[in-house]
Amino acid sequence: MTPPNLAMLKKLLIVTVTMFAFGFALIPFYKKICEVTGINNLLQPDTLTKDAQINTGRSVTVELDANVHKLPWKFRPLKSSVQIHPGELVQVMYEIRNDSNYETTGQAIPSYAPKLLSLHLKKLECFCFSKQVLKPHEVRQMPVQFVIESELPTDINTVTLSYTFFEINSASASEGENKLVKI
Amino acid sequence: MAAVHHPDHGHGHEHEHHGAPSGIMRWMTTTNHKDIGTLYLWFSFMMFLTGGVMALTIRAELFQPGLQLVEPEFFNQLTTLHGLVMVFGAIMPAFVGFANWQIPMMIGAPDMAFARMNNWSFWLLPPAALLLIGSFFVPGGAAAGGWTLYPPLSTQMGMGMDMTIFAVHIMGASSIMGSINIVTTVLNMRAPGMTMMKMPLFVWTWLITAYLLIAVMPVLAGAVTMLLTDRHFGTNFFNAAGGGDPVMFQHIFWFFGHPEVYIMILPAFGIVSQIIPVFARKPLFGYSSMVYATSSIAILSFVVWAHHMFTVGMPVSAQLFFMYATMLIAVPTGVKVFNWTATMWQGSMTFEAPMLFAIGFIFLFTLGGFSGIVLAIVPVDIQLQETYYVIAHFHYVLVSGSLFALFGGTYYWLPKWTGHMYDETLAKTHFWLSMIFFNVTFFVQHFLGLAGMPRRTPDYALQFADFNQISSIGAFGFGLSQLLFLYVILKCIRGGEKATNQVWEGADTLEFTLPSPPPYHSFETPPIVK
Repeated sequence: MTPPNLAMLKKLLIVTVTMFAFGFALIPFYKKICEVTGINNLLQPDTLTKDAQINTGRSVTVELDANVHKLPWKFRPLKSSVQIHPGELVQVMYEIRNDSNYETTGQAIPSYAPKLLSLHLKKLECFCFSKQVLKPHEVRQMPVQFVIESELPTDINTVTLSYTFFEINSASASEGENKLVKI
Repeated sequence: MAAVHHPDHGHGHEHEHHGAPSGIMRWMTTTNHKDIGTLYLWFSFMMFLTGGVMALTIRAELFQPGLQLVEPEFFNQLTTLHGLVMVFGAIMPAFVGFANWQIPMMIGAPDMAFARMNNWSFWLLPPAALLLIGSFFVPGGAAAGGWTLYPPLSTQMGMGMDMTIFAVHIMGASSIMGSINIVTTVLNMRAPGMTMMKMPLFVWTWLITAYLLIAVMPVLAGAVTMLLTDRHFGTNFFNAAGGGDPVMFQHIFWFFGHPEVYIMILPAFGIVSQIIPVFARKPLFGYSSMVYATSSIAILSFVVWAHHMFTVGMPVSAQLFFMYATMLIAVPTGVKVFNWTATMWQGSMTFEAPMLFAIGFIFLFTLGGFSGIVLAIVPVDIQLQETYYVIAHFHYVLVSGSLFALFGGTYYWLPKWTGHMYDETLAKTHFWLSMIFFNVTFFVQHFLGLAGMPRRTPDYALQFADFNQISSIGAFGFGLSQLLFLYVILKCIRGGEKATNQVWEGADTLEFTLPSPPPYHSFETPPIVK
């Protein structure tokens, strides 16, 4: 290995290591882009852009669904479905109960059906905007406030709003306070 | 393999290497660029046959609707491993094999810059291949989520996925070491007088490819490392429940994946740029524009990745940006196709096998380029995403592009490597069989895709039956034709008409000043390039 070759080897190894780090740096970079452009705001409240016109002539059935993934919790909506009018501000209640003898933390991830609903569903308040910490055997009722815009295509008469609670590592659970306890 | 090849390089160097290992250890410990090139080429050919058998199993299952031969789970493992084996096992090592054999001889260097690292970069590959193939036999089978390893499937599968991730790490390390070697060799070890703008285009395209590899392979390594820690160490890079995002993987993967596409085609451009002028008996038209076009393709390849994922949900402005940037790549590519055609214009052409493959390459690669432009159009792509149209497109650029260039390059340099002319009639037969069966296999897949047949599925609706049958027949024809290729190579290694130093009338690069076959150590005294 001649000295010029060795120098070149060092340079190229630095490039390699830098690019490996760059791959990881893409993660915060993309998160920032999603935050700025509002692409991935499942966990942030929507704002209503215009005065909602309530369309009382039309009813939509909202079916409420609740699932738990690998958590010792019971999770259910208080009503399994509600009839609403497009444009109307609706509040529905969910209940979670920790069946275990230890404190656990979960995060709810929403899912909508049909997919088109995600364009016309505006959530003003939701327990999914923050993580939920439950003490042993604690029971909590939590609201979701939403508006389904009148622009929802008229051939859709039934929609499903589904939440699944996932466990969050207990290490990260203690940070941050739970803003929804007050409600 | 050693037994077959030993006679070629074995004679004439024993006296230079007293006590050098013989038999298998000669190949395990070799630091000679020609030996390592040979190892790379045989390895990639074996992987090509392995991936080919997987492809034929896929096509056999798709011969008629319904499930006949394999379970759907196994079918998904086959499509996944076919992609991984062909990309990382066949095409890429084959080009590195060409680089090892040719670059030192073409720039007048005695060997590669880091000869021991060169040995190491090859011998990493067989363990990686064993991991990939071995993953079929572990509980749960091989990775089955597609060669792109998208989560959430890839974060859920069994240990086959861990073996795949590890194999990708090893192959990535091998590629990076190979690339460092190539960049250093080309930049530091050129013969006196061989300025950058006098380098043969094959060397230029490989230099640019090596830079691309060094830039993006670490990103892929990062992406699969994140998959691994998500799977086993409780991180949540791609796990939505833990605040991660599966779409993020697609962004990181394709930040690697799109330059990877050019990694697999730029050396092919280089090979074709060597072949066409020789058989047209004219200098290459627009040499410097070729260099600049290759560089622009490489730079543009970093800003088009999201065209692989138009449907994941991105703002229209982003879709438009990636659409126009993608279409922009057609400009430098068009320059290259124009230059190849202009080189042939009014040349006194002959049509030996390398030239046939080069012309076949220009025809079919351009066709694949056009279907690429169709797919770049956002509204069309939303329709054609995940259909057989995409399969047809990338097989036109990878099989009739990269692979045809590899065939052409093999026939072009085989007389130099072995010292014997290959059997021209059989080689031409190999070309025509490949050409015809390739199109029978893949042209109809455009129609299947336009009609909406989804990819990665073992069963399909009845209306797709006829085209699938045609495609399967073509695939078996194409696969069997490659046995002829193997026969031609073996026949050429064993003997044949003695090749001259120049081999081809009109060949004027440095390797054709050496004897055929070249001595084990060539250009120990650098040639002077005027």
